[in-house]
Amino acid sequence: MSLARYVAVRLLLVVPTVLILYTIVFIVMRVLPGDPVQAALGVHYVPPEELEELRAKLGLDKPLYVQYFEYLAGLLRGDLGESMVFQGRSVWEDIKDKFPATLELTLAAFTVSVIIGFVTGSIAAVKGGLVDRAMRVYGIIAYTMFIPWLGLMLIYIFSVELKLLPSGGRIDPRFIPRDVTGLYIVDSIITGDLRALASALEHLVLPALTLGIVLSGAYTRIVRVHLAEALRSEYSIAYRARGLRESKVLAHALRNSMVPVVTLMGLQLALLLGGAVLTETTFSWPGLGSFLVERVMYRDYTAVQGAVVVFAVIVSLTSIIVDVVYALIDPRIRY
Amino acid sequence: MEGGLFSRLMGVVAGLVRGPGGLMTATGLAIITMFALVAIAAPWIAPYPPDVRPPGAGLLEPPSLRHPFGTNDLGYDVFSRIVWGARVVLKVVLLSSLMSMAVGVPLGLISGYYGGPLDRLLSMVMDSLYAFPGIIMAIAVASVLGPSTFNAAVALMVVYVPTYYRMTRARVLELKNEPFIEALQAMGAPGWVILVRHILPNAAPTILVVFGLASADAILTEAGLSFFGLVAVYPQPDWGLDLYYGKNYLLDGAWWLVFFPGASILLLALGFALLGEGLSERFRVRGGSYG
Repeated sequence: MSLARYVAVRLLLVVPTVLILYTIVFIVMRVLPGDPVQAALGVHYVPPEELEELRAKLGLDKPLYVQYFEYLAGLLRGDLGESMVFQGRSVWEDIKDKFPATLELTLAAFTVSVIIGFVTGSIAAVKGGLVDRAMRVYGIIAYTMFIPWLGLMLIYIFSVELKLLPSGGRIDPRFIPRDVTGLYIVDSIITGDLRALASALEHLVLPALTLGIVLSGAYTRIVRVHLAEALRSEYSIAYRARGLRESKVLAHALRNSMVPVVTLMGLQLALLLGGAVLTETTFSWPGLGSFLVERVMYRDYTAVQGAVVVFAVIVSLTSIIVDVVYALIDPRIRY
Repeated sequence: MEGGLFSRLMGVVAGLVRGPGGLMTATGLAIITMFALVAIAAPWIAPYPPDVRPPGAGLLEPPSLRHPFGTNDLGYDVFSRIVWGARVVLKVVLLSSLMSMAVGVPLGLISGYYGGPLDRLLSMVMDSLYAFPGIIMAIAVASVLGPSTFNAAVALMVVYVPTYYRMTRARVLELKNEPFIEALQAMGAPGWVILVRHILPNAAPTILVVFGLASADAILTEAGLSFFGLVAVYPQPDWGLDLYYGKNYLLDGAWWLVFFPGASILLLALGFALLGEGLSERFRVRGGSYG
């Protein structure tokens, strides 16, 4: 099978995953006890007629199966309904606006986590002994850190005490670059806007570091284990016997430890997106996660449902990328 | 009999603490036991009530001998709030872990042993749910159900059932082809006897490892829910919620309002993670989502 066909088949497999997640979300949001309309209106008394009117407007008076398919049809058209709290605001438009911020943060955090993971894991595998044990402890502790806590501690050190970096936000509003991709770093480079670039980077450092550190623990562990194994393997011994420098041996061993790392990237995707929700809230980062939490607090159920469904689509689509990368780097995988 | 049971339990613990991973298991158990004792003995350990300003206590007082973790913006003693808050997090996480186990393990046993269309359907549902960010699913469930410890436990259950299911099922698939199971089948033992009497005991170490690792994760997810006000209502003492309110005073330099609740979350999650790690080394079980 060619790679193109593999990707096509994989894309088709996204459909059931999205459907299952959508169904679960639908059950959670609409079938579980609790009246979203009453909840959205708060605790004060609202005449029953008004409740009915709002229900009818949002389509919540129809039978559940009708709602299920209507929402699904909307999802395919890119229509996630209207906000229940902010009258007339399209949920889809809001989500579209927030998406680039989340993408920028997760890409940066992902890069940070892989770099830290490779550096710490390699050091552990090469040095062994006490260093190895220390890195092992780092791997576990990094994973068990509560993201808002780590973020706020970094804010305390770098913003409050040292006054080096901003404590939140995505960019200084005066310097927002011209919109091309929505990713401020990319946009400011394309338009050659150095002030925007500096401001965007300055705001990105702490959130990316926070999320990156928490996710790095798993990479440290996996690189450490597989690299140590590769360095002990027969091909490494053979390289050394032929007088290859240790740095070259390490390069070969690292390449062979890539496969489990890519597997982990796939598994970590859920943690990356979930972590983004906590990171964004901590740093007032205006992405999908902040949007979700803000609307949870407003009890804006259509917006919450829309955001959760969009997260489901993102998870399913990104897992394809991981599979394809996997197939590309490991020649043993048949697709 | 009480003494007999206790010494048997101690025997099991001693067995786990020896051998590979023993140090991690022991450290993990020690941390968990410490928090459990703190939670049980909260009224005697906490020097002040958690939601009353003690006489003479200032607002936003930094840590001192009188208030080892300082006081918050209302003058409440942070140390006392942490002590009482241990009850909330332990209650939610233990309840949710037991419920996830009660649902995930039987489903995994049946699914793995009998196979067929039910197995395929369940696997697909569980795999989809497993790939989804747990905290987001938990937020969705908890936001519909409303803030309470029980609702938070239900929300966490939805997140962790797939973990128990997948690990149990994978273990059953391994065990199913073992000669002793085939022998039992040949002798005509009924399916449920094989499952309950022979496969379940052999899958128990795996389930125990998952319990440690999933509970560590559940503590962090619970902290996230409580950070978003989906577990308790202020001024109820709750670590994540305290951290959320504390962050408003961080820019004024009141680091203690954030540091101590967060450090408690870290330490408790670390306890469960070490327990899971130690046990997985002891039983040579490969851990779940984190490598």
